[in-house]
Formats: sequence, C-alpha cells, structure tokens
Amino acid sequence: MSILVYAESWEGKFRKNTLEAISYAKKTSSLFQTDVKAVTCGIIDNNELERLGEFGANKVVSYPNIIKSDGKAVASILQQEVEESQLIIFSNTFNAKIIASRISSKLKAGLVTNVISYITNSSDICVKKQSFSSKAIETVRLKSKIGILSLSPNAFEIKNDSVDVVIEVKDQKIDSEIIILGKDINKGKISLSEAEIVVSAGRGLKAPENWGMVEELAEILGAATACSKPVSDIGWRPHSEHVGQTGKAIAPNLYIAIGISGAIQHLAGVNSSKVMVVINTDPEAPFFKAADYGIIGDAFEVVPKLIEEFKNLKDN
Amino acid sequence: MKILVCISSVPDTTSKINFTDNNSKFDTNGIQFVINPYDEFGLTKAVMLKEQLQATVTVITVGDATTEPVIRKALAIGADNAIRVNLKALDSYSTAREIANYIKENPFDLIIAGKESSDYNGGAVPGIISDILEIPFINACNGLSTDGNSAELKREIDGGIETLKINLPIIIGGQKGLVEESELRIPNMRGIMTSRSKPLEVIEPNQTSTLTESVLFEKPVQKGECKIISSDNVRELVNELHNIAKVI
Ligand SMILES: Cc1cc2nc3c(=O)[nH]c(=O)nc-3n(C[C@H](O)[C@H](O)[C@H](O)COP(=O)(O)OP(=O)(O)OC[C@H]3O[C@@H](n4cnc5c(N)ncnc54)[C@H](O)[C@@H]3O)c2cc1C
Ligand SMILES: Nc1ncnc2c1ncn2[C@@H]1O[C@H](COP(=O)(O)O)[C@@H](O)[C@H]1O
Repeated sequence: MSILVYAESWEGKFRKNTLEAISYAKKTSSLFQTDVKAVTCGIIDNNELERLGEFGANKVVSYPNIIKSDGKAVASILQQEVEESQLIIFSNTFNAKIIASRISSKLKAGLVTNVISYITNSSDICVKKQSFSSKAIETVRLKSKIGILSLSPNAFEIKNDSVDVVIEVKDQKIDSEIIILGKDINKGKISLSEAEIVVSAGRGLKAPENWGMVEELAEILGAATACSKPVSDIGWRPHSEHVGQTGKAIAPNLYIAIGISGAIQHLAGVNSSKVMVVINTDPEAPFFKAADYGIIGDAFEVVPKLIEEFKNLKDN
Repeated sequence: MKILVCISSVPDTTSKINFTDNNSKFDTNGIQFVINPYDEFGLTKAVMLKEQLQATVTVITVGDATTEPVIRKALAIGADNAIRVNLKALDSYSTAREIANYIKENPFDLIIAGKESSDYNGGAVPGIISDILEIPFINACNGLSTDGNSAELKREIDGGIETLKINLPIIIGGQKGLVEESELRIPNMRGIMTSRSKPLEVIEPNQTSTLTESVLFEKPVQKGECKIISSDNVRELVNELHNIAKVI
C-alpha cells in the first residue's frame, strides 16, 4: 500500500525538508509494514532522484512536465498515484499547503499541518501539531481512512537508511490555468523556515544601515536573518523576514535575538526554537524570561565581539 | 464585481491560552476575539476594491452566535453584508465545505481568505474550498490588482516571490502585502453606526461530519532559567553554545 511522500524540489534539487519527509515516511513505514513511494514534479536529474533512496524511498515517480507551482495539477497527479496508500506526507512549505489541502478534499482525507510527532499506533492515527501560534500543542486524531500529514520543518531527523530504489519517469502533461509572469528568488540565501540557525534583530538596532553586523554574524554562522514586525512594517527589512504570530513561525536549533523586546506576539513565532539567546540593554525586557542565554548589553558593543569569537571558533 | 471575504474569529494576539474538559477544549473564558490578522489584510483589500470598482463585499464566518461581534466589526470596516453559518467550526474540511456550499448557491468573482488562522493554524480552508469549487487557489498572496475579469497577483514562495496572472473567479490565501500595515482600516464612528443596520444573515449548516478531531491540548514545556552572561565575557556564550548546547 506504500506511504506516499510528495518530494518537493527547488530548481531541480531536493532540500532538507524533503529529506525530512522521506525519513519520516521511512520510519513510519515499519509501523505500517509497508514501503515508501515518493512523487516529484519538475525536471530533476536521475542522480538527484536516486538520492531519495539513500533516505528510504523504495520507489520514486517523477513527472518532469508538471510544474510544481500549479497546485491543481500536482494534486491530481497525487490523486492518481495514491493507489492503496493510507498516508500521504508533505513538508509544510507554501506550495505543500496548496496541494495538501486540495488532495485532502479530493480524497476526503483528514489533513493535519505543522505536525511535530511521529505516529505511534497504526490503527488509531493521532499526531501532535503546533496550534494557537505555538502557544499550544494539539493532539489530533484522524477519522478518515487516508490521512495527510504536513511536517513542521526542522522537527524531524534526517536519517541515512539506504534502500534499492526504482525510478519511474512519466511524461504526462496538464495545462495550467495560471500564467507565471515572473519569479524573484533570493539566490544564495538560506531559507528562513528551514534554517538551523537564525539571527534576528529588532527596533533596538535603531536604523536599517545598522544591519551590516547582523548579516555578518549570520554569514559566519551559516544562519538566516529575521526581524521583528515593526522593523518590517517601517520597511527596514523585507516582509519575508518578519517572524512572530502574524509573520513566519520558525523552529531553528538556535535563535539569536538582538534588540528585540520579546513581546508575546513575537515569542509566539519563535519559542519552538531549541535554544534562544537574547542581547538587550534592558534587563527587564520580557525576552529574558523566554531565552536560554542572555547578555545584558548594547548590541553595538556585543555583536562585534560575538562576531570575533565565532570567527575564532571557526578558525580553530 | 462580487467579493467574498472569509473571516475566522480568533483570540486576540495577546491572549494567554488555556484549556478545559481535561484539556480537550479551548477555554474561551475571558478571551477577547478579533478578526484573524491575515483576514484583516484581505478585508481591507476588499473594501479598497469596492471603492475602486464598485464591487460589493460580503463576509462569511462559520461559527456560533458568539462570533457576531467580530462579524459586526467587519461590517463596520466596510463590508456590505454578512453571512454566518451557524456551526461551531469543527475542522478545516467541514468549515470549507459550508463556505463552498454557500458560494455554489451565490457565486463570487473573488474569494479572499487568509493564509492561516491564528488559532488552529490549519492553512487548509481556502485550498479545500478551491478544490470543491474547482477554481484556482493562490496561497500566501501578498499583492493583488484586478479589473474584475482577471487578476495579477504576487505570492510568497519558499525563498522568493512569484508574480502571476489569472482569470477570475479565484480564491486567495492572503497576508500582509495585500495592503500594508499602515493601510489597515479600523472602524470609525459612522462605520460602527451603519454596521448595526447592515444585513447579517444566519444560515444553517448542511452536514456536520468531520475528518479530524482534537483530542488533547498541552502547553509547551517551560524553559529553565535564562543564564545571564556578562557582556565582557561573550567568549563564555560561544563556549556554552558550542560545548554545552551543541548548536554551533
Ligand atoms: C495584532 C498584533 C500582531 C503582532 N504580531 C507580531 C509578530 O508577528 N511579530 C513581532 O515581532 N511583533 C508582533 N507584534 C508587535 C509586538 O507586540 C511588539 O510591538 C514588537 O515585537 C516589538 O518589536 P521590537 O522588539 O523590535 O521593538 P521594541 O519593543 O521597541 O523593542 C526594542 C528592544 O531593543 C532594546 N534595545 C534598544 N537599544 C538597544 C541596543 N543598543 N542594544 C540592545 N538592545 C537594545 C530595548 O531595550 C527593547 O527591548 C504584533 C502586535 C499586534 C498588536
Ligand atoms: N470558521 C471560519 N469561518 C470563515 N472563514 C474561515 C473559518 N476558518 C478559517 N477560515 C478562513 O480560512 C483561512 C485559513 O484558515 P485555516 O485553514 O483554519 O488556517 C482563514 O484565514 C479564513 O479566511
């Protein structure tokens, strides 16, 4: 019956969150005593397709002529590939949310997004998810025959678990009702929702020209950059960096907050981070109650010192 | 042009969240409900389109009578009329199906939802509606212009922005960028007065079957004390992160 994974690709490559989904499916497949089938859309070369076998995919079905941004087309492809599958796994990207909800409707299959736990019982499927903007963890039971899970990024381990993989390429085409006029990709930047380390700054930095040190720190750590809401509202930083209850919810291993007070709406989007560090001049700032490590001090003095120390660490 | 805005009524962002009935239900005691922040951007956009294109703006909420103050607020901001489907929202599927049923009977050119509700964070309702109605769904939409026949949109994709063109009718999952924060409309005195006489129609749900159910809520585990490190000794922080927390 297979566990079906939608293996999303970016410019012909799989990213970390796709591999997380494959690993999740592999681990779950032993509970269900079945194998793992991945479906991909867009042009992806054979080596990359085979790579999914290293993480446990027994079969990969590739549709090079289906554009992944056409959610309707991808959903109908998945519908035809679902066969006897009882579970469909996605990683929780913008794209996946379009496809997962459409396929949920087509198959009358219960959908749980932002999933953060494995399934423990194959005959009564329950999983945990983030809800109330990370202020709560909700356990949801699936009442339908088929279940769809969309996994929170960074919540699951990627595990090498090589199996023999069969690749099948299908040249089916579906006409798209959407005309793409243009794409503006942040080249070379680390995606905020996937990043393991995030360096974030707030109004405490006082002006947009002071972000140089934030970017430098991020670069040394291989981190993505983020910001508080007011900073993106006034246009110091792009909206796509805004984290919090009304921005992106993230869960990196390390979140460094510089000159951010730690308002409840900000914390709601970042408190799933494994370790949080705050740098703030005000010892009463609420962030100190939420963080694991804190430095009470001026960002303009502390951040350059931190950059030096991280450089030293890297050099040794 | 007819525009429908789907509004979910959610706890105010400052709310402390609690649960009752052996932690199986959200405790609404003392909670102030507001228009879901993403829906607020969509509602303001709809009101602006109304002024620009002589559109009519309807809002719809699936919810019990306690959602009416939030619906009235949407009317005060500028919607013309409102529909409440008298069903306490149970899961994304049943909510979406009720909205889709209404749209089947009462077609719209543009349906605006939010990219996610800030309570159950499903991000699923508009996608399901799009599938039932067989219309395109543009998620994470952060820019929209239309002449009433087709639309040019911007949407956030992982790691970038995509611009696209499409014929109406469509449904979008909106967010900031549809309008800017500074453009958000708030009810003025006149709006509040007129909202009281605007039509709010209550319709009964068709069916109440669901595909998922909530069984338990927990609070995230509380963190331990914050370890304060002197600003003269940032090396200690680096050591801690490297050797103890092992995150770098
Ligand atoms: C409906 C709603 C939704 C919201 N959603 C979000 C959201 O999603 N995300 C979000 O972030 N906010 C959100 N907010 C806003 C939130 O309430 C706070 O206003 C916001 O997070 C504050 O941003 P800040 O910490 O950058 O600025 P401030 O609160 O102004 O804090 C700046 C901090 O910098 C410190 N500081 C000043 N100078 C220095 C220095 N030289 N070195 C170090 N520290 C310094 C100060 O002590 C202060 O703590 C929302 C608000 C509402 C009403
Ligand atoms: N009960 C509801 N009534 C009306 N619209 C809703 C309801 N729940 C969700 N929506 C709409 O669907 C969007 C996404 O919600 P969700 O799928 O619950 O995250 C929201 O921003 C609303 O626009």
